[in-house]
Amino acid sequence: MNDMSHKILTIITGILLMLGIALCGEAHAYTKPDPAGLQAGATVDITAAKAGAPTATEITDQIGKNKIAINMVWTLVAGFLVMFMQVGFAMVETGLTRAKNATHTMSMNMMIYGIGILGFLLCGFGIMFGGVGPLGTLGGFEGLNQEFSINLFGHSIGLFGTRGVMLNGVYDVGVFSLFLFEMVFMDTAATIPTGALAERWKFSAFAIYGIFISTIIYPVYGNWVWGGGWLSTLGKDFGLGHGHVDFAGSSVVHMTGGVLALVGATILGPRIGKYNKDGSPNAIPGHNIPMAVIGALILAFGWFGFNPGSTLAGTDLRIGIVAVNTMVASAAGAVAAMLYMWFFKTKKPDPTMMMNGLLAGLVAITAPSAFVNVQSAALIGLVAGVLVIEATFFIERVLKVDDPVGAVAVHGVNGAWGCLALGLFADGTYGDGWNGVKGTVTGLFYGNASQFYAEVIGVVMNFIFVGLIGFIVFKLIDITIGNRVLPEEELEGIDISEMGVEAYCGIKLDKNSETPLSR
Amino acid sequence: MKKIEAIIRTSQFEVVKKALHEFDIDFFTWWDVTGQGNDTKHKREIYRGTVRDTSFISRRLLSIVVRDINLEKTIECILNNAFTGEIGDGKIFVSEVTQSYRIRTKECGDESLFNKE
Repeated sequence: MNDMSHKILTIITGILLMLGIALCGEAHAYTKPDPAGLQAGATVDITAAKAGAPTATEITDQIGKNKIAINMVWTLVAGFLVMFMQVGFAMVETGLTRAKNATHTMSMNMMIYGIGILGFLLCGFGIMFGGVGPLGTLGGFEGLNQEFSINLFGHSIGLFGTRGVMLNGVYDVGVFSLFLFEMVFMDTAATIPTGALAERWKFSAFAIYGIFISTIIYPVYGNWVWGGGWLSTLGKDFGLGHGHVDFAGSSVVHMTGGVLALVGATILGPRIGKYNKDGSPNAIPGHNIPMAVIGALILAFGWFGFNPGSTLAGTDLRIGIVAVNTMVASAAGAVAAMLYMWFFKTKKPDPTMMMNGLLAGLVAITAPSAFVNVQSAALIGLVAGVLVIEATFFIERVLKVDDPVGAVAVHGVNGAWGCLALGLFADGTYGDGWNGVKGTVTGLFYGNASQFYAEVIGVVMNFIFVGLIGFIVFKLIDITIGNRVLPEEELEGIDISEMGVEAYCGIKLDKNSETPLSR
Repeated sequence: MKKIEAIIRTSQFEVVKKALHEFDIDFFTWWDVTGQGNDTKHKREIYRGTVRDTSFISRRLLSIVVRDINLEKTIECILNNAFTGEIGDGKIFVSEVTQSYRIRTKECGDESLFNKE
């Protein structure tokens, strides 16, 4: 054996020895491998002063810690699933728009993630959750405790939170978990308008919009519903059910995005060639239906984080019901949309409408998913599937608003329907003490009309507040830098003029034939 | 020398190609073309509830330059094999070619054509 290999052998032996010490040095050890998993996890695993003999307090401490740990892991994993919905949105929106604008549409969906996170970190999270109070399911830290409110009618009306700006002074595991989860929700709302405004929106205008929605528009309304603001205290202060209840964000997330999409698309105007002189619409087909379908299914997958994750607690076993409700409503939405197009509209089971139906069912069940039984969930989904088609046609043919992907119909209209459905179908089996009101959440059909009124107020306020702020923001952008690309750029495709790079380099696109002629 | 340009159904192309080989016409060029014609009544696409006119026809254009002596059998071959009897079987155009060269050997005229006697 020569000198070199001797040295190597010595080093390897040393490493193995150290590994052995590291593995065997733990207090808890077993020598035989455990293929059935029967030995792993025992009394010795409980953190105790004297290993293997924990005191009663040490045991209950460990149980409490495990509960919070399950909640936190659940919240984080659900948040990761919701983050993946960005992919779904990007694919749906890009698939339903034209090849010549694919880079631009994809880039908007990508960069709202980056811009949104920084905006939400900057002050969005503080405004939304700065006054939410103790985080019950995530460890109980109560540093987020300052709500700015005004006194009206003898009640304090919470407007926005003030703690946790830049996550300053809330260096707490629970708050950070909550931040991640709420952050991806904000992103979902923010990425909805990019579909409705696709193919003609200046990227610079989009970037500025991204800052506004993540720092102000979304957080303020979100605070009203989830952060202890005045919509959530409608029940406590004015006796309207449990206040505006929105389990996972039909109004907070989806309707906000849908209303912004409607306002933005109205201000931006239709794409060139979308409408004829007599006002009749032309079809502008998307360039990749397979991609859009995959995106819709990815969204449906992400929704299992969106709805069940909104318990913020893996130990809240209602998650089983929530997940099944979510699944059933999406299926009902897709089937309803397919049948409605097939038999009553164009005599074809239009794939883009099937996708929209699937998503509409999901959006509609988002608010009521925890409060309704599965039969109601199916009904909510069925209504959503039909509603989304009627809404699409109404928006396209009556309002004359050009929405390439149907974002307003899917998220705006069905977000409102979801909240109203909660006020109708909540069956009183869940939500004891929700928003500080005793008793379970019960809807109109189960005997509590006031819950329905609270939902109506929440929906109307969303339309007024988000619509107004959205209008101001889009108008401001319009006046200062302009919202819309030049017509010749739009005809040529805005990939090159806005982003500088084509989506499908090397593939010849028939750019002019993709834009219909206005007759 | 004559140039034969035949616009035929894409579905009949393989049949015509095989038949041409049987007649020893082994060298020709083709490309996919799009056109407008009478056969467009049912070509409609429905996208998100709006009917869209997609009234274009896909055909294959076959271009063959042959010696005069081969003209008749080539045309007959295409006429017989591209035939289905339905509207839209296509057209054949014949035109005079004044000169041709083979670049490698610098031959010109009939000698430069691929298709022998």
